[in-house]
Amino acid sequence: MYTPLVGPLIYSLAFTGGFVIMSLELLGGRVLAPYFGSSIYVWGSIITVFMLSLAAGYLIGGSWSVHEPRLKKFGLIFLAAALLLGPLIFFAEPTMQWIFIRIEDPRYGSLIAATILFMIPTIILGMISPYSVRLLIENVQESGRTAGRLYFFSTLGSSLGTLMTSFYFVLWFEVNQILTGLTCTLVVLWAITYLTKDKL
Amino acid sequence: MHLTHLIAPILLGVFLLNSLPASADRVLHREQSLYSQIVVRQDGSIICLQFDVRRDQRNQSCMNQRAPKEMVFAYTKMTMTSLLFTPEPERILIVGLGGGTLPVAFADLLPQVEIDSIEVDEAVVGVAEEFFGYRSTERMRTHVQDARVWVKRAVLTNTRPYDLIILDAFNGEYIPEHLMTEEFFLDLKALLSPNGTLAANTFSISDLYDAESATYEHVFGDIISFKLPESANRLVLVPPTEFSEAELATRADQLATRLTPYRVPIQKYAKLVVRARDKAPDWDRNARVLTDQYAPANLLQAR
Repeated sequence: MYTPLVGPLIYSLAFTGGFVIMSLELLGGRVLAPYFGSSIYVWGSIITVFMLSLAAGYLIGGSWSVHEPRLKKFGLIFLAAALLLGPLIFFAEPTMQWIFIRIEDPRYGSLIAATILFMIPTIILGMISPYSVRLLIENVQESGRTAGRLYFFSTLGSSLGTLMTSFYFVLWFEVNQILTGLTCTLVVLWAITYLTKDKL
Repeated sequence: MHLTHLIAPILLGVFLLNSLPASADRVLHREQSLYSQIVVRQDGSIICLQFDVRRDQRNQSCMNQRAPKEMVFAYTKMTMTSLLFTPEPERILIVGLGGGTLPVAFADLLPQVEIDSIEVDEAVVGVAEEFFGYRSTERMRTHVQDARVWVKRAVLTNTRPYDLIILDAFNGEYIPEHLMTEEFFLDLKALLSPNGTLAANTFSISDLYDAESATYEHVFGDIISFKLPESANRLVLVPPTEFSEAELATRADQLATRLTPYRVPIQKYAKLVVRARDKAPDWDRNARVLTDQYAPANLLQAR
């Protein structure tokens, strides 16, 4: 059914997807701080938006995986995430300024800003996990083990994304450079799926 | 997810904010606020406010009950040198309330002054009022908000400029990183009146020293890096104009009597400030300027 490398490839994609999600979430705090501060409610806004978006992404990704699942379609998730993430580099600042002028309460300001800036790309990134499960599962008996392994790799990616971003990336790079790096990584992942021959 | 621990910044520095021993007799008040563990301790007649970070307790503010005006810390006394450059400020902005020592002193010294104090932690305001004699009044206003947000809105609404801006915002470790960037300083510069002075309380030894100094210099031009041998603090002073030693000495003489109850040796400080001005910068002037895009402040601090 698969070429032998497709399994590891999907796990790696899920790992990197997890990495990108948490790296983005951490950068979210940095992006919002100049306009909304770094009070507890700014983190509250960010975490709320990310959790809600991931929840929606799981639903959508799961539903989409029912219709003729293909590695190439899976790859499109990464391309779409990159296309939606990239513009943040240019639009985050004017968007936050627009919101800052209109909403005085920094709680709702940061909630609205986090929603506009991060909701759509995070929904797309949330689609990765359920779609990966569908591509990996070959029979019902193994499904739990496969799903467990998938969440293992994706959450491992998340923890590494958190650590690398907070400990090292912010020390080495500017916020926009990190965002560019995440966007490019997603494009590369899409290109890999595009070039991989799968028989599914 | 697993982000709650990030609400408090990531790494812990190990610098003591001051030279007073943290061991004290009696805990008067302990409170877990949204931002830190607040402890008020009493040692003899001295009451101190501490932000408790693990076992490492630093005093943020202290007051001598027998002589409430007396300034206990070198850095609070050093901050009073801002009056050498702007002797009669009409409006003062204070970022970071702590025990409220500075606003109380300024309000006392300058009967007409208007003070806006910005403090992110509501619990700190409560403690300042309960234990340190701070009062929010019509001309001593307290704003419970993140200073970055408050200042940005003040710039946006063309708030009347301030003659004195005092930066004294510390969390359990150091200055929050979004309050130490080029963009924040530019906003403050926009709020500073032409004859206004800015004074910032920082540490004199930290791995952040170079980057922090370079950022101040980049935004404000020539800065004075005022240190005392007995203190681990460094006051960054941005005076409005050039000044001579004689001018400063005259100002110090005029202030001396008024500052006596606060135990501020202003005449001695005036000389030291001139000496600090004339000293070559002791930081790496090519250090990278901190910006909103590049603000690894607390990571640099902990290295």
